[in-house]
This record gives sequence, C-alpha cells and structure tokens, in this order.
Amino acid sequence: MTTAPPTTQLPLAPGLDGEGARHLLQEMIRIRRFEERCVELYSATKIRGFMHLYIGEEAVATGAMQALRPEDAVLATYREHGHALARGISARAVMAEMYGRVEGCSGGRGGSMHLFDAQARFYGGSAIVAAGLPLAVGLALADHLSGRDRVTAAFFGEGAVAEGEFHESMNLAALWSLPVVFFCENNLYAMGTALARSESQTDLVLKAASYRVAGWSVDGMDVLACRAAAQRAVDLTAAGGGPCFVEFRTYRFRAHSMYDPELYRPKEEVARWKAHDPIDAFTARLRATGYLDDAALETMEAEVSAEIDDAVAFAEAGTLEPVEDLLRHVYRRGAA
Amino acid sequence: MSASSPEQGRTITYREAVREAIRDALTRDELAFLMGEDVASYGGCFGVSHGLFDEFGPERVRDTPLSESGYVGAGIGAALGGMHPIVEIMTVNFALLALDQIVNNAATLLHMSGGQLNVPIVIRMTTGAGRQLAAQHSHSFEGWFAHVPGLRIVTPGTLEDARGMLWTALQDPDPVLIFEHGGLYGVEGVLADDAGPVDIDVAAVRRAGDDVSLITYGGCLPRTLRAAELLAEDGISAEVLDLRSLRPLDTDAILASVARTHRAVVIDEGWRSGGLPAEVSARIMEGAFYELDAPVARVCAAEVPVPFAQHLEQAAIPRADGIARVARELVRPGG
Repeated sequence: MTTAPPTTQLPLAPGLDGEGARHLLQEMIRIRRFEERCVELYSATKIRGFMHLYIGEEAVATGAMQALRPEDAVLATYREHGHALARGISARAVMAEMYGRVEGCSGGRGGSMHLFDAQARFYGGSAIVAAGLPLAVGLALADHLSGRDRVTAAFFGEGAVAEGEFHESMNLAALWSLPVVFFCENNLYAMGTALARSESQTDLVLKAASYRVAGWSVDGMDVLACRAAAQRAVDLTAAGGGPCFVEFRTYRFRAHSMYDPELYRPKEEVARWKAHDPIDAFTARLRATGYLDDAALETMEAEVSAEIDDAVAFAEAGTLEPVEDLLRHVYRRGAA
Repeated sequence: MSASSPEQGRTITYREAVREAIRDALTRDELAFLMGEDVASYGGCFGVSHGLFDEFGPERVRDTPLSESGYVGAGIGAALGGMHPIVEIMTVNFALLALDQIVNNAATLLHMSGGQLNVPIVIRMTTGAGRQLAAQHSHSFEGWFAHVPGLRIVTPGTLEDARGMLWTALQDPDPVLIFEHGGLYGVEGVLADDAGPVDIDVAAVRRAGDDVSLITYGGCLPRTLRAAELLAEDGISAEVLDLRSLRPLDTDAILASVARTHRAVVIDEGWRSGGLPAEVSARIMEGAFYELDAPVARVCAAEVPVPFAQHLEQAAIPRADGIARVARELVRPGG
C-alpha cells in the first residue's frame, strides 16, 4: 500500500522539508543496518576486537550532526560508528576500517574504536573515557587564536562526567569562552554501572551550570528534538556565547560490547526503551504526517542495503598493509 | 654546536637561555603560544617566563588552572588545530597528572589515524633533585617517557641546548618533551651571540677521552664533567658523552664512544631498576660487546623517594665524586 504525499504540509520543524525529514530517517536506518551487518560479520569472525554498538541511540548523532557545518570539528568516543557515518565518512571507509584494511578511514591502524577522517574534521574515535574533551577545548582554542569562526563538537557518554578531564574541560572552555559544544549522550549506564550508582549528583545539566555553561536536556530518542537542541547549542556558541552542554537522554538497546552478558539491567527496562525506538517512532511520525509511504520506505531500505553490501564488498576486497610497513605512522619525521 | 668564546658571547643563565628561546619562538612563529600554570602574571614557577606576559599578552602567554590533564590535552588539541603550543608543566611529578593525554593521545594520534593527524606540540617541564624539594618535586621520570614510541624526549644540559632545542622541537611535526633540570636554571655561562637552533637527534661528545666513556644527559652533565676533571687528576682520560636526546637514542654515538674507550659508565638521576641506563647498557651489550674491557657500570639515584634532608638527598643522587669513584674502579680495578 502506498499513499501519495499530500501536496501542502506544515514543516515538521523549522527549515526541514519532507526531503530533509526523510533524509534523517534514512541516516538512522543506515547506521542501524550498518551495525546489524557488523554484528553478523563479527559472528562470522570477519570483524574482531572490541566493538561497541550504537543501536538505539541513532537519533542523537543523526540529529546533532545536522547542526554542524563542514568546517566544524567533531570528536566522539569508542561507540562512534554512527557519528562517523552521520558526519559523512563513507560506509566503505568505515567498514574497511572494521576489517583492519588499508582502505579504512584510519588505514587499518585504529579499528572500530578509532575512526578518524582529517578531511571531515573527525578527530576520533577515543577509547579513554573523557580524554577527547581536552582535545575539543584545544581545537576550539586554536580556532579562537586564529580568528576562525568554527565550532568543535564533543560527543561523550554520561560515564565521562565522573572523570576529572570532564570537569577540567568544562572549566577551561567556559573560562576562556571557547566555541565548544559538549554533547553528552546519557544512555544511563557507564558500561554496567548505572548513573545513580556512580554519581552523587545525577542531574548532568546542574554540573554544566556549576561551570556557568548553558545546558539543557533533550529526548535523545526523538531525532527532531536532538536536531533542534544541537542547533540551539551551536547557534549560541557560534554567536560567541561560549560553550554549551546538551544532555541527550537515550538508551543502548544492545550490550555494551560483544562480551557483555548484560547482568546489570532488567530485560523489562530494555523492552520499555525499545518501545521508544527512534527509528520506529520517526517512521510512524512521518507516515502520520504523510511524508512517508511504503514505497519510499522500501526504496530507503533498498538504498541502505545496497550501500552496505557495497561497503562489505569493498572491505572484503581491501588490502592488508604489508608487515614491512609495521613501523609507519609513529613519527611524521623520521623514526625515533 | 656553535662554539662560544668570551669575545663573541655574553654571560647568561640557563634560565635566561630558555626564556630567550621562548621569546624567539613567540616572535618568529605566529602559531606559537606558551601555556601553563603561573606562566603569565607570576612569571613561571621557576621564573623562566618572567616578563613574557608583558611582552606578548594574555593570549600568547596563557595562565591555566591547576588542570594538568586538561591544559596538556588542550595543547594537543590546539596542535591538531594547526597551532604550535609550548605547554609548561611545573615539574615532571605533576606531569603524571597529564600522563593520559601525553601517552594515550599525543603519542598515539598519528598512528591511530593512519598518519592523518600529527601533533606538533612541545611540552616543557622541570625534572630532577638537588634543591631539597622532597619526594613530590624531585624525581626524574624522563626515562619513563622515553619508553613511549611517538614521543621525542630531549634533555638540554648546556646553555646552547637550552637556547637552541626549543625552536627545533617547535618546528618538529611530532610531540617533543623537553626536560629542564631544575638545578641548571641558575647555572651561568657564556653563550655565543649567534646561538640559535640546534638539532635534537644526536648525542655530543662534551669532553674527549680514551680510558672510559661517561654517558649521561641533562642535570648530571655538569657533575659528570667535574668527575672527568677528578679522573684527569688521577691520570684517567674520560670521555663525556651527552645523550641530549633520550628518544631517539643516538646508538651510533654511544657505540662509537665505547669503541674508543672500551669502558662505559652510564649516569642518570633516575632510579636504577628499569631505568634509561639499563637501556643504554643493553645497547652497548648488543652492539659493542666485543669492544668492552669491563662490564658497563651504572651510577643512578638510590632506590628511595628523594628525601628532604640535604645530606640524605645528596647521598641519594649521582655526584661527581661518586661517578669518579665508579669510573676509577672500572679502569683500575682494586686500584
């Protein structure tokens, strides 16, 4: 069954037409299907090492990335496949990196947790919790000192707020009024430790406020809310308002990594959150408002599937770096 | 190395030489800036940056909060953003608070990104004992940092190097850590008027000799040169090799010196176990075993946190007489 889209509609959000809305949905589906394929490839031992899935949280990276311009910088964590894809790094380059191939976005030296792309100004891919935050401050400091009008966005999990580097970075960014947007993805668990079991103060926005950083929380399962919240933060920061903090309240549907038996959270809780699946919710919303019909959805899924098939084939055909090159990329100038 | 003579040079302290190097960098390199705890209004905790705040202003001589990990990481980020940051850490003991950023980020980003992102940062810090600052301000961890691929470790032990290493380090595309021994800041000498950038890769023979190689760097260099004088009084000709760079280690220069003298003593203010002299000794064993007339000897810090009491502190660290004693025993066993 297909329904023809109505000819006149109110926009779902400011500056977002039907095409834009469908693009958001397709991006979320793209990230979801990419990772689902990664799970299959992991089971088939094509992908090894640690692999942390973003499934359930796609609305955050998809929505927030809309607010960033090509000249802005992005930093993320070890759970960053979605951010890399949403930032425009090709599925081919990400998949080849998962395979450890030369054609990967980090040349096979980084893997799942360390995706990089200098052209996209995507600075990783950090597996030390909160360690990317001081880098974000520094990138923004470089822009400030060079008089460049750019914003640096740092994505991090709520577990990072327990680290000193979070507090040092919030203070530095606020003290020096630097253009950093702190995008905190609160999925409620730092690996297996619930926020309330690790923090005396669980209101994350209050932590930001203590550094005089403007901040607010948003439904991280709603891609339009994520988009709007990120845009508000980027606009404020880009206008010289100093750093902003956004808490995206979201949930990880899958285990922490491929080695997690999930003993720390009840199945009912997972089921409750899955009822708010960001892709299902946005699909329903677009259908209800007439922006999406079965045919469009099928086309979307087919395009995504073809892209991922292509990425897998690309990775499969990728090159293994010669062992003779082992010592490359340790120094840019000579060896030491 | 540019030779200095009283006619062409002027008397200057090591501290002033470092300050001139920073001033020169801030003047000639518009991407350079200095950042650290108390580097601006206070003038640097050891007075190194005195006056630079007035000269260059708060953007380029930037005070930071007591957030070693935060501002070192910010320096790394600024380097990723195209700047040439000079980050000062008060002492190497405090640098341990920034170990995560130095080891997990600065040293790894080029590699993890498959060669895309280099980190042209310079991190300067004070190291070493001898000033009764006790066990949280006196240690020598440069050997630890030298363990890490991705970092360059340099240790200026002379006025020329204090003046010249910073510029070269700052133009290097990779992270360079400069260790300035706190006991050297007040040392005075003559620096040539035309002193300028020096290389940061190779060792230098500071005194030529035939009987034994005394291999050292940084704060132990003046003490080792005094030991060579003491040995000369006994008719022993000691060569003093200043490593200058701990990573890379100039293995060729080490082996060449040992090939000349056939004996080696390695001197370091770090602890003996697992320290840098163990590495130097191993390289001699690997590369010049058949040149040796005696086992390689080490003079290191006693394996104790550096004590406060002056006599105990002095007993804990290498001194000229102790270095000379070990070298003498090597050259004339039982003599």
